[in-house]
Amino acid sequence: MSELRLMKGNEALAEAAIRAGADAYFGYPITPQSEVIEYLMTERPEKRTGMVVLQAESEVAAINMVYGAAGTGKRVMTSSSSPGISLKMEGISYLAGAELPALIVNVVRGGPGLGTIQPSQADYYQAVKGGGHGDYHMYVLAPASVQEMADFVSDGFEMAFKYRTPVMILSDGLIGQMMEKVVLKDEQKRLTDEEICERYGDWATTGKKGRERNIITSLYLEPERMEQRVRRLMKKYERMEQEDMRYETIFCDDAEYLIVAYGSSARIAQKTVELARKKGIRVGLLRPITLFPFPTKPLNELADQVKGVLSVEMNAGQMVDDVRLAVEHKVPVEHFGRTGGIIHTPEEILEALEQKIVKDGSIRHHTTREPSLL
Amino acid sequence: MAKVRGAIVVDTEACKGCEVCIPVCGEDVISMSQEVNRKGYHYAYMSDPEACTGCTNCAIVCPDRAIAVYRVKVA
Amino acid sequence: MEVLDIIRPENQVFCKTGLMTDTTLTYCPGCGHGTAHNIAMEVIEELGIAEDTIGVAPVGCSVFAYDFMDVDMTQAAHGRAPAVATGISRIWPEKYVFTYQGDGDLAAIGTAETIHCCNRGENIVIIFVNNGIYGMTGGQMAPTTLPGMRTSTSPYGREIETMGSPIKMSELVANLPGTYYVTRQSVHTHKHVRKAKKAIMKAFENTRLKKGLSFVEIVSNCNSGWKMTPNDSNKWMEEHMFPYYPLGDIKVNGIIKQVA
Repeated sequence: MSELRLMKGNEALAEAAIRAGADAYFGYPITPQSEVIEYLMTERPEKRTGMVVLQAESEVAAINMVYGAAGTGKRVMTSSSSPGISLKMEGISYLAGAELPALIVNVVRGGPGLGTIQPSQADYYQAVKGGGHGDYHMYVLAPASVQEMADFVSDGFEMAFKYRTPVMILSDGLIGQMMEKVVLKDEQKRLTDEEICERYGDWATTGKKGRERNIITSLYLEPERMEQRVRRLMKKYERMEQEDMRYETIFCDDAEYLIVAYGSSARIAQKTVELARKKGIRVGLLRPITLFPFPTKPLNELADQVKGVLSVEMNAGQMVDDVRLAVEHKVPVEHFGRTGGIIHTPEEILEALEQKIVKDGSIRHHTTREPSLL
Repeated sequence: MAKVRGAIVVDTEACKGCEVCIPVCGEDVISMSQEVNRKGYHYAYMSDPEACTGCTNCAIVCPDRAIAVYRVKVA
Repeated sequence: MEVLDIIRPENQVFCKTGLMTDTTLTYCPGCGHGTAHNIAMEVIEELGIAEDTIGVAPVGCSVFAYDFMDVDMTQAAHGRAPAVATGISRIWPEKYVFTYQGDGDLAAIGTAETIHCCNRGENIVIIFVNNGIYGMTGGQMAPTTLPGMRTSTSPYGREIETMGSPIKMSELVANLPGTYYVTRQSVHTHKHVRKAKKAIMKAFENTRLKKGLSFVEIVSNCNSGWKMTPNDSNKWMEEHMFPYYPLGDIKVNGIIKQVA
């Protein structure tokens, strides 16, 4: 039964996992996401749906539990925060290399190192550019609300199984901790063991009943085979960009300037758009919902329309690289963001927009466009 | 045998009112104050100073080392 | 005799060690961590080795140990303190190196580092504060949480069938040839504090004599996590923790005295 509740982001994620028919959650406490496992342990989903919940001895152990279970075709997930996600990177590379479906949630806190416990968006590079070793990517979803924290669990699993890939929900401490209304989906039944064997029997290690054995591995010592595997992965990622890239535009139709922001920054930047427009600055917001695949094409097209782009993210400048790549030097691109766990305000973003983009918007940098009539 | 008299000085701002010093005092010297310090904790104090022997039991069990102990021999 | 006559500087018989900074301890009122910190620093002061000591702080409630202990300190990633300490000790063999860890740090994520550091018999001191719970992150279950104990991730009590039994780390590492001294102490009464301090003194003496690894477990209360008053939590600890984690020397001079 779908239900409307007031919930904390982390708890909404946990409840959504049960309703998404997840088979298992393996995790470890770390601030600011310990509520995920606490909620699951208290809910006793093994009684509701048979879902396994286990507190592992570490994040490394947890991701390897995910790897084992994912290799059997089950719907499994883990969650952690920045330093714990660093620990999971080897396991994530293995998941990608072995082409296994899994969901990993990062409730980002300030870093690097042990960092802070306050929110941050400084794990963009880690999530989108690899994090783990080798030629691979994760499908990365960035929620900007408690509703999306919940919805992206089933969306994430869908993508994980469509592409046989690890999927990351890149959240942050603000969204994990805040409380909002959330409509929780109807419970989706977990697949039975027979259904799993039927659907995924061609690759999953469920016991070789009536078939040749399956091997889950990412080890390919023959270089030609390894190259083949990598090419296969890259084709997957191209398909992701064509079929499942997601983004949202707000007030972009008549925009002269553009803010690109995701997650919490997008929520805050929405207010900036409102404040700016009151001052007569026609700014729009492009919110990537998938960070990989990045909305390169739509951003590239918007760059034909606007005079400058501000990438707003709570870090020292990470997504701005992808923004610059997409904009292809058509217009100036700048970055603004507080770090260290500090959350920028709508006014601060507006000030940055005015100082870095709007003021310079009249200056053309490396462009072949005709000067506009100002 | 010479008698001993002791006394404790509690750093009332360091004391967190945990009361772990009270059961280890063999002479029932310590009680918790009615007043609170700047952090809102009731702090420990000598409610029966005459009984203190300066044995240091309270001080060594105090997690915050809020207690300093003094002792003299009296004839 | 007036109190004012007694509290003269020449009459002082106890005060806080100079090796603990003036920073207010961030531990909850009544928490054994404070006492454990202080006796460790008292030992280092009494041995006069502060200038040759390097401590390694963990992740957990005592992550800020470096703000309180006035010796050189390195903060280690969760569970990695024994490895960090190995790095320091191997390259400065004359120094006194110690780790100060909680039960999540030492017995969950750091199990491999703990075992291998003990197995190699590094010439360091490991101080292990065991309160059967993850305090800093809000009271989750630890590998040393007792059966039936309620925590935020064992809200109905620890179930052995799904969560395993608590681990007795002291007994486990005592069985490794590399450990020289393994002991389990507590700091909740004056008698126990004096014994625990002697144990830590012995541990640092072992380092001086290059005897190998000294492992000092301190069973402690966590009144916040256990949701009791400090005095009640110490009573509870005596009644419930000590039967499972018995106090005393487990291995002395390389010879095991009691085995789990």
